Amino acid sequence: MRRIRVIPTLLIQEGRLVKSLKFKKHDYLGDPINAVKIFNEKEVDELVLLDISLNRHKKEINYAFVENIVSEAFMPIAFGGGIRNIQQIRKILSLGVEKVVLNKSLVDEQLIKDASFEFGSQSIVASMDINKPLFGGLAVYLDNGKKKINSSPVDFAKQCEALGIGEIILNAIHKDGTYSGFDYRLIKEVSEAISIPLVALGGASTITDFYTAIEAGASAVAAGSLFAYSGKREGVLINYPRQDVLRSELYEKLS
Amino acid sequence: MIAILDYGVGNVGSIKNMLKKVGQRAMIVSDASQIPEADKFILPGVGAFDHGIRKLKEAPFFDYFEKAVQIEKKPVLGICIGFQLLFERSEEGELSGLGWVRGDVIKFDKSQLATKLKVPHMGWSDVFHENQSKLLEGLEHDPRFYFVHSFHPEINANDDQILSCKYGYKFTCGIEKENILGVQFHPEKSHKYGMKLLSNFARNY
Repeated sequence: MRRIRVIPTLLIQEGRLVKSLKFKKHDYLGDPINAVKIFNEKEVDELVLLDISLNRHKKEINYAFVENIVSEAFMPIAFGGGIRNIQQIRKILSLGVEKVVLNKSLVDEQLIKDASFEFGSQSIVASMDINKPLFGGLAVYLDNGKKKINSSPVDFAKQCEALGIGEIILNAIHKDGTYSGFDYRLIKEVSEAISIPLVALGGASTITDFYTAIEAGASAVAAGSLFAYSGKREGVLINYPRQDVLRSELYEKLS
Repeated sequence: MIAILDYGVGNVGSIKNMLKKVGQRAMIVSDASQIPEADKFILPGVGAFDHGIRKLKEAPFFDYFEKAVQIEKKPVLGICIGFQLLFERSEEGELSGLGWVRGDVIKFDKSQLATKLKVPHMGWSDVFHENQSKLLEGLEHDPRFYFVHSFHPEINANDDQILSCKYGYKFTCGIEKENILGVQFHPEKSHKYGMKLLSNFARNY
């Protein structure tokens, strides 16, 4: 029986948990530390925490915040947001974070090479954001989906792997927050072109979506809005499938 | 007192946090003076083999640590790279490991992995009991742990093996040889399962 990682992705803006829709609208959810504690209790597989604050590329990483998160989490944490040099990566990993997530800094080839050499590929994750440009097709975007890169998703993914990236989070902006399922064709194309694990993110609404994404070639699945959303009377509601449900509806069904 | 060895490689904070959570005190050790206070050691590690063994042997506490384990027979638990360093050598690097356990560390054999099984082996996997061990007390029901590695030890099924895992094929992921223990996975990232294992190491050795 193959266990698949099902990973909640938490978006942080100025230290607060937010929910996004196609990377445009951001609704305030609540306190991230509280969310982490609850996910811990639910024995979640892994957490991805992304700081999407607008000034993250200029300001220093909030290490105290990261340390707080890690002290409450007894499962692997991947942290990203504004990471742009090796000293930051070294410090973040030393705090107990498993992996750093790079996005805008993916164009810094030397950083990827140096980081994967020093810390091992498994600690360096690329978050590739994909969206639909005006003229059609799909393109790679960086920096909150604002900057279009002149490279197809497949080519960019292969390049990341060649530089030493150990895992790719394939983030479909056009599906983000829509609950309409993942972009399965995109997942298939990219996963077939690389030999490192691919995490599908963007559009999940049911466990069947997870199953389809894995069958399409993803090694793990992630979701934001599906797992953390706002309740009627403020505050963040945490939702995560029970182990027995994951087992019967996902792991045991996979080929 | 458990000494978590800090040689610049690995997740010392998370291990200390988890031990604290299960009511066990631990100290993070980076110099020789604290070694005599320790009655057992945890050797963590993340990253590449050569980098790991180099940093470990360069650490100011290394000679005292080696003596404590090899001569005084104090227990040591190796985790991830810390586990791999216990062996003789690794395909990942050029340098020799500690050689405290017989055998080599080898890369995952991709020819035995279906295309969907990628390397590194990253995620939660079930582990299987191969031999009795006090380290595994209370971990009888579907134990699973978080793995992240591209290499694993190749030791033929023998008395040292206590746990195995299946990723494409079965490989050894836990050993115990007298006072030397080691696990390939990360107990400090495996919530309740890791807590039980670390608690067992603290209480039973």
